[in-house]
Amino acid sequence: MTAPTADAPPPGLRMPGRRGTELALLAGAVLISVCGYIDVGLARQNAVPGDAASYGAGLAALALLGHLAVRFRAPYADPLLLPIAILLNGLGLLLIFRLDLETPVDRAAPTQLVWSALGVGLFAAVVLLLRDHRTLQRYAYVSVAAGLVLMVVPIFFPAVNGAKIWIRVAGFSFQPGEFAKILITVFFAAYLAANRNALAHTGKRMWKLQFPTGRVLGPVVAVWLVSVGVLVLERDLGTSLLFFGVFVVLLYVATGRTGWIAVGLLLAAAGAAAVGVLEPHVHSRVADWLHPFASITAGRGASQLAQSLFAFAAGGLLGTGLGEGHSALIGFAMKSDFILATYGEELGLTGLTALFLLYALLVARGYRAGLALRDPFGRLLAVGLASLLAVQVFVIAGGVMGLIPLTGMAMPFLAQGGSSVVTNWVIVALLIRVSDSARRPHPDAAEPGVVAAAGTDGARSGASAPPYEEDDMPYGYGYGGGEVEDNHHNHGNHDERGNHGNHGNHGNHDEYDHHDDQDSHR
Amino acid sequence: MNRYIRRASVFCLLLLVALLLNAARVQVFEAGHYDDDSANRRAALTRYSQPRGDILVDGEPVTGSRDSGGRLRYERTYAEGPLYAPVTGYASQVYGTSLLENAEDDVLSGTDPRLAAVPLWTDISREQQPGGDVVSTVVAAVQQAAFEGLGGKKGAVAAVQPRTGKILALVSTPSYDPNDLAGTEQSVADTWNRLNRSAGQPMINRALKQTYPPGSTFKVVTAAAALDHRKVTDIDAATDAPDPYTLPGTSTRLTNEAGGCANASLRHAFEVSCNTVFARLGVDVGLDGMVGTAEKFGFNDADLKIPSTAARSVFDTEMDDAQVALSAIGQYDTTATPLQMAMVAAAVANGGEVKTPYLVDKVTDAHGGTVAATRHKTLHRAMSRGTARRLQEMMTGVVTRGTGTGAAIDGATVGGKTGTAQHGVGNKGTPYAWFVSWAKKDGAADPAVAVAVVVEDAAADRADISGGGSAAPIARAVMRAALR
Repeated sequence: MTAPTADAPPPGLRMPGRRGTELALLAGAVLISVCGYIDVGLARQNAVPGDAASYGAGLAALALLGHLAVRFRAPYADPLLLPIAILLNGLGLLLIFRLDLETPVDRAAPTQLVWSALGVGLFAAVVLLLRDHRTLQRYAYVSVAAGLVLMVVPIFFPAVNGAKIWIRVAGFSFQPGEFAKILITVFFAAYLAANRNALAHTGKRMWKLQFPTGRVLGPVVAVWLVSVGVLVLERDLGTSLLFFGVFVVLLYVATGRTGWIAVGLLLAAAGAAAVGVLEPHVHSRVADWLHPFASITAGRGASQLAQSLFAFAAGGLLGTGLGEGHSALIGFAMKSDFILATYGEELGLTGLTALFLLYALLVARGYRAGLALRDPFGRLLAVGLASLLAVQVFVIAGGVMGLIPLTGMAMPFLAQGGSSVVTNWVIVALLIRVSDSARRPHPDAAEPGVVAAAGTDGARSGASAPPYEEDDMPYGYGYGGGEVEDNHHNHGNHDERGNHGNHGNHGNHDEYDHHDDQDSHR
Repeated sequence: MNRYIRRASVFCLLLLVALLLNAARVQVFEAGHYDDDSANRRAALTRYSQPRGDILVDGEPVTGSRDSGGRLRYERTYAEGPLYAPVTGYASQVYGTSLLENAEDDVLSGTDPRLAAVPLWTDISREQQPGGDVVSTVVAAVQQAAFEGLGGKKGAVAAVQPRTGKILALVSTPSYDPNDLAGTEQSVADTWNRLNRSAGQPMINRALKQTYPPGSTFKVVTAAAALDHRKVTDIDAATDAPDPYTLPGTSTRLTNEAGGCANASLRHAFEVSCNTVFARLGVDVGLDGMVGTAEKFGFNDADLKIPSTAARSVFDTEMDDAQVALSAIGQYDTTATPLQMAMVAAAVANGGEVKTPYLVDKVTDAHGGTVAATRHKTLHRAMSRGTARRLQEMMTGVVTRGTGTGAAIDGATVGGKTGTAQHGVGNKGTPYAWFVSWAKKDGAADPAVAVAVVVEDAAADRADISGGGSAAPIARAVMRAALR
């Protein structure tokens, strides 16, 4: 098809890879972590910890491994993603090492380092082996099936700390639900990329909202049922909230229909209300959130949430300094669900703000890749993974700080937990992959004659190039041969600008989008 | 789709803003509220993480710290626990602090901002200051003399330096060992419960926190009021007081234990302690005059801090004449702490000026540098100089030829007043024996000490309990120690 508004970089201009920037930032990330490690040692034992060098070397080796993989197979990837991940992981190891000092018999940092190495290894493997994110689209239904299996398996294992989300084998325990997050996000992205038109443009209009028809509503209701099922059967409020949140965000991004938001919120509210009343575990969490100090008034001492709030309060603006807080008072789960309390107490509001901004930057970079990409699956995948991180940070940070009811969940990269850290490394690997695609100058775009057909774009730098036109896919692009329904919709419509004339309104939207896109890319 | 991606990113941004606002709420705006919560153990952990500062008597610490190795790490030790317990109080991991340990807690635990070398920087760095020391005004020999003088009896002694208000001794018996309250062991709770149940109430500081009817020792105040209000101008002139005296508006007849009280002079009435003369003088001065003088001595003051708060000594402000008459001889609702009665004696010795009593000479930082020093100050002028001089004469007479001869000391001028205070329903309780006195070394410019002794000895025979018999020898021992 002809794409009159195609805008490609002028020939001869090379998109900078920014790998040098990434390396410098990585060095900074490792340095910050090592300084923190030394600080803990100085505060607690008045001496530089003996293994500071090996900790630094280990982290640097992981950083280098990740960097080499990116340099080799994703040279155009966003240079901020890997350093932020390394810094967060380094801070997490540091905090776990620091909390190990309070529990000399139960040392978690070495195990966490092994899991981190495994995570970075998996990161490198994904970056090296997954050459194009669109390959994943073919496995949409395989991945959702695998994801559901992973989520269901722990039901057959005994509950740990009130939630059935663990599998314990030979002393190792992991949460398969963590891996399921990625698989299910991949499915959401693929399903919505294929069905977004059907979801967006069919259905009844009621008052200002457009509601979808029953046929396309089916899978959505199924997802909702799975979320509630997870909640009831596994008593895992957090994961359920996470899935639902990401799904609603993706649904909105794919269709732009506020009706979906309304339906989503309605279903979520109904589900939450029902579960909140019927399920005692969830009910008590809500009660704790509303009255964190009830246990003190009742003479039973401070609850975990109260201890967590005390820890944050003790941190104040500047924090007590690493190693000098008393967050160990939280007791159980201080290294996992409540690790943010240690961070907040010892580094204060200042440190916490910096931490939230690091997460925000990671999320923003995911969104930016989503904006820059051309294929709907890639965009939804990028937005989905970024939202996954954002919602997860919100749910757990809001939980331990009394903003929302507490749900057991791991702070990405920071908290103790092997499955979580490995999963997050895979998420970053996928973000690296999509950002590489988003920023890669397309070889076919250098065709003379097509360049600067739209005058305004020609003046802009090569960096503004949309990397892919779906029609010029270099290799097999498709929806997996019938695995995804509504192929006919995509036929001819899958290029956004191809919508011209088909749906007047929609086409206009896309045109604006296109210009917006250029702006964002400067 | 880009528009929707942007909107979704705005949603994520809102989540971030919510987190940051909530973080500011928890860590800044509500932090103080959380920090002060009774269930928040941070304050205790920090507090016991370093040795506590010491309390010094005669330049030597009477306290110490022991590293228990536990979570609430440093425990308090006391060199001579029972002797100094009414001064130091206790510092317990479980039950908090009392008396000096409580009043000077900020200094001892190192949280007092005055201890910081660079004040603002310490706030930012959160560096913990080592605990400062509290130098007390107590003199070991005087304290020791009072403690030994009371021996196994139940009672209290307060001794002050009249010219400054320095408290030289503060003793209460039976006492307890605050060593047994430091720490977190079960024995601490057992000790606490045992002490609280004990009939002797060893944890009450009787010298400071317990009030007693002052009995005849209050006649010092009544005499001062009568002289200052010119109801008596010549202490050797006969008063026309009847014996017995019928309380105004009643048929109750007040009698004396001593003889020669009818129309006795003020001097004689004071020396032998005539109830009739002083009851009638109280009525002559009137309620307002009596209240005015009593309050200038320090009665009815609930805010006296030494720095621990002293119990309020009472002279009732709403009474009829009969009640005023009884109050004027230290009965009815009139009550006083031993410290208050020591202040009364000190005011006489000091020419009529009541000095604010104080127990802390100065506080120092951990290196001995003075952080704050107490300057002595006048609380009130209780009576004119002339009245004070005449009261000194009369009090000296009590010791040389009156009821208080047991307090006489060679080489010193001693003035005193005995008291036997009745109490209990229908005055059936064993009376309290009082003695208030002061002593001035011959040739010295200022009196060395003023003392109040109270003995509530339930074991003794009623006839034996008189200020002159039980309390005066104790006061004598205390004064001798102070004169040395």
